[in-house]
Amino acid sequence: MTEWHNVKKYFNRNLLLLLSVVFLGFPVLASENEKNQHDEVITKGETQHENIDNEIREKEYNAGESIIEHIVDSYGWHILDFNGHSVTIPLPVILWDNGKLHVFSSSRFDHGHESFEGFKIASEGPNKGKIIKILEENLVHGRVIEEENSDSLPLDFSITKNVFAVFISMILLCWIFISVANSYKKRKGQAPKGLQSFLEPLILFIRDDIAKPAIGEKKYEKLMPYLLTLFFFIFLNNLLGLIPFFPGGANVTGNVAITAILALFTFIITSFSANKYYWLHIINTPGVPWWLKFPIPLMPIIELIGVFTKPFVLMVRLFANITAGHIIVLGFISLIFIFGNINMGLGYGISVVSVAFAIFIAFLELLVAFIQAYVFTLLSAIYFGMAMEEHH
Amino acid sequence: MDLLAILLQVAQDFTPFAKLGAAIGASIAAIGAGMGIGQIGRAAVESIARQPEAGGDIRSNMIVAAALIEGVAFFAIVVCLLIVFL
Repeated sequence: MTEWHNVKKYFNRNLLLLLSVVFLGFPVLASENEKNQHDEVITKGETQHENIDNEIREKEYNAGESIIEHIVDSYGWHILDFNGHSVTIPLPVILWDNGKLHVFSSSRFDHGHESFEGFKIASEGPNKGKIIKILEENLVHGRVIEEENSDSLPLDFSITKNVFAVFISMILLCWIFISVANSYKKRKGQAPKGLQSFLEPLILFIRDDIAKPAIGEKKYEKLMPYLLTLFFFIFLNNLLGLIPFFPGGANVTGNVAITAILALFTFIITSFSANKYYWLHIINTPGVPWWLKFPIPLMPIIELIGVFTKPFVLMVRLFANITAGHIIVLGFISLIFIFGNINMGLGYGISVVSVAFAIFIAFLELLVAFIQAYVFTLLSAIYFGMAMEEHH
Repeated sequence: MDLLAILLQVAQDFTPFAKLGAAIGASIAAIGAGMGIGQIGRAAVESIARQPEAGGDIRSNMIVAAALIEGVAFFAIVVCLLIVFL
């Protein structure tokens, strides 16, 4: 009886906290991107700009562009479109240009239509999508003609959508695991309860089925923190990427930069924890005939390439799996809009099939989320084990 | 003469052919992955039929091997995507 009373007290407090963050945070953070900025400059050219803008907003649905838009990183977090205005969380843009630091909100860019303080998101050319410096502003009919060369790219440290999503998942991970660690300390010797009993099988699975067989009984403990962090980071970000609304929905693990850093960490730890037999086996692989090593060192070259391709494959595997899954789900949803453009009735009809397929693929993606986290962690553990193996 | 003019015009820009190559490459990668993972599935199911107690071990090994092969197939997909978009 008293146990249930405690649970109810904390449940109400935590629920209130969560709801207040969600509902109070929204009006504070989200800003309607109206045409207020356009009202300030009223010229004849301005109305033409606005008309063109209206045309752009009502143009035909382009499935390819819309899918790519949802996969790539962006400077603001677009939540929804309400009454023709887009509701976006404006994330800060932080630029370092020739010794000067510029910090401003990404809503100044107005989804790439406006320029601010001499910077603009390039809409075409080799730097498309990146922030470039405008050398000369020619205001012709309200448009800015950009003159740029590639040397004038400022260093971009902005908090983009993926960076913000990594912060969110970092906070979530810290919250979950610190509370589980605390409950282990408080309930020493007792059976696990609540979140503990959900995470304990996963953690023991990583220890008993991934770390111990791959690395060995004596040395696995040093690498357990890294393997656990890797697994839960990838798993949580994969799952968050499947949720279509804020704070999920950012394609984090489908971003090549993030998977590249994870693979780089594995590479660094492998190289630094390798004993001399590892390097010896690369230069002089045992059991290989001498003529593959002596005049032309074929075998050492192949082994050396292997040292670099193994983390590279880790990176590409995770990135391609997650991005492909997102593209498939987005493709099914875009089908509805493509058919809807042809005929309203067709759009409604296909939506049943599309949603059914999208749900099925989403279940598959749940499985893929877990499997990709498992395979990344397993392969990292195997590489560590190979690096630290004793000479037999 | 006409044929020469047409061929010269086609030879101006080979981008559509590059995209055609990318599409064919992606489909061959899909066929390869399908065949490979099919083999794994067949072997796994046969071994579970022979020894049902080892089912759990066989299942995890099958999933690891399938993920590794999918990795290679995704290499091909990524190259084809690069051709189409770059």
